[in-house]
Amino acid sequence: MFEIVAHPIDAALVSAAVANATTGATVTFIGTTRDHNDGRTVTRLEYEAYREMALAEMRKIGDVATQRWPIAAIAIVHRIGVVPIGEASVVIAVSAAHRAAAFEACHFAIDRLKEVVPIWKKEHFDGGEVWIGSQRGQPFAGGSKAPDG
Amino acid sequence: MTVHLRFFASLRERLKASAAERTLPDGATVGELWTALCRERPDLEPLSKSISFAVNREYVERDHRLADGDEVALIPPVSGGA
Repeated sequence: MFEIVAHPIDAALVSAAVANATTGATVTFIGTTRDHNDGRTVTRLEYEAYREMALAEMRKIGDVATQRWPIAAIAIVHRIGVVPIGEASVVIAVSAAHRAAAFEACHFAIDRLKEVVPIWKKEHFDGGEVWIGSQRGQPFAGGSKAPDG
Repeated sequence: MTVHLRFFASLRERLKASAAERTLPDGATVGELWTALCRERPDLEPLSKSISFAVNREYVERDHRLADGDEVALIPPVSGGA
């Protein structure tokens, strides 16, 4: 299951999609919108995707994970549009006969997703908004430079 | 030849467009395309080190030669996931 959706993600459905009678372990990573980042109070995140390429890159991550670890299945679902505080932007579920492979493959998948999948998040915070990834160093756009400013 | 450009996120906002068509000399590279864009929009120049490129949905280096009809995406630093 590799999907990009514009609605809330049901993590239980994603976990269920990878589990079967042969799997003794399912590891599910849920990434959610945090209310703070880099000294700013975050009010919401907004995601944009290059949909066709993002899905292709997600599938490639799945292929690499399947080649490197003895896993049974992997599912990656990413949400686009506004993702409010506390809600999931991404869910990755990996199943395997045993837990070590499931943990390692899931860790790899989220780390890799954040490196290569063409999806961007725009952070809305008290005082402005900024696309994450484009800055070098300190935040700008009206926010304070002090961590607790 | 004509290529189809796609812009996303910060670049889309800066250019106020999500897509554009561009005519280039046959055999032009991605790097030459970027140079041409920067000539028209000097405000893109500082982004040079942080933009990646994809042709037909695969990441490429700047020496990649383009072909007629290629879809070229200009990819700012990605930030998927939570």
